[in-house]
Amino acid sequence: MSCVKETDAVISTTGMISRELFYHQDRLGNFYMIGSMGLLSSFGLGLAKLHPLRKFFVLDGDGSALMIMGTMALIAAEKPKNFIHIVLDNESYESTGAQPTISSSVPIGAIAEASGYASTVSVKSCTELAIELERCLVKDGPHCILIKVGIDPIPNIPRITYSPNEIRDRFRSFLMENTDG
Amino acid sequence: MTIRGNDFWEFLISRDYTFFAGVPDSTFGPAYNALTSNPYLTYVPATREDSAIGVASAAYFSGEKGGVVMQNSGLGNVINPLTSFSLMYEIPVLLIIGWRGFGGPGSDAPEHWIMGEKTPSFLELLDIPYAILDTELHDEKIDQLLQSIEMQQKPGALLVPPGVFN
Repeated sequence: MSCVKETDAVISTTGMISRELFYHQDRLGNFYMIGSMGLLSSFGLGLAKLHPLRKFFVLDGDGSALMIMGTMALIAAEKPKNFIHIVLDNESYESTGAQPTISSSVPIGAIAEASGYASTVSVKSCTELAIELERCLVKDGPHCILIKVGIDPIPNIPRITYSPNEIRDRFRSFLMENTDG
Repeated sequence: MTIRGNDFWEFLISRDYTFFAGVPDSTFGPAYNALTSNPYLTYVPATREDSAIGVASAAYFSGEKGGVVMQNSGLGNVINPLTSFSLMYEIPVLLIIGWRGFGGPGSDAPEHWIMGEKTPSFLELLDIPYAILDTELHDEKIDQLLQSIEMQQKPGALLVPPGVFN
């Protein structure tokens, strides 16, 4: 998150990814998609097209990226330069009890690459991630960064305390009141 | 009488609806091409109707107005985005839905019979306001729908039976 400027937007998929983002780094420019698994990346695509000067970090999971996989093809076809698709791949539906997804045998990064993302990389450490994020910030996207992560639930992690309307209004104000990055 | 596709889109542009995504349907006929070629409209050709809702809903977060075009068979693909995204967050969006199977079995191919009959019931079940497009462009009827969408901050549907557009 240290790569994220105040004017950048961060949107996150349903379940633990949004809850962990809220828990660790709640900020005005965050949008937590607390339902609609699979929908995040298309929402991010629309936002990136409408705010071409602002960077969008789209925090997806392996399950949600695979759920509406056609959106990756759509992102590649639309070529939003300011779209950074970060797939946190723990090969499981951690939020529902860590049941396995199919991403241990289906390489999500290869799907993004074959679809035509401007760049696709897979990283395994925070050091690598920082380097790749810096690269994505200066080169035209859409970019995909696949991060293989472990299953490490935070005990008693709270649910997001904002109401859906509060999440919506805060993010809308952020996008409309702040100058694009 | 039928509606010229371009007149329909110009009407929506006059109401500030300029950001669209969707999946085509034969009921739109040449009106679909009028949508994709209009320089004042943005159109994202989605791979599925749920993705189209995701894309078009971004308009609300940018002070713009968004819409989705789709066939009614796609309603099944959008129940979850409608209930756990559009209706939950209260995000307005115009759904322009080709009404295949309109008029009952015999009027369309078998795959449209059931959804054709159930389309209004689905919308009523979800408390989504809707209007049916006539072969003449009745501004008031559409304006009333757009007002419901914007005042209630929720999706609203304009159903398009076959033969409306020329």
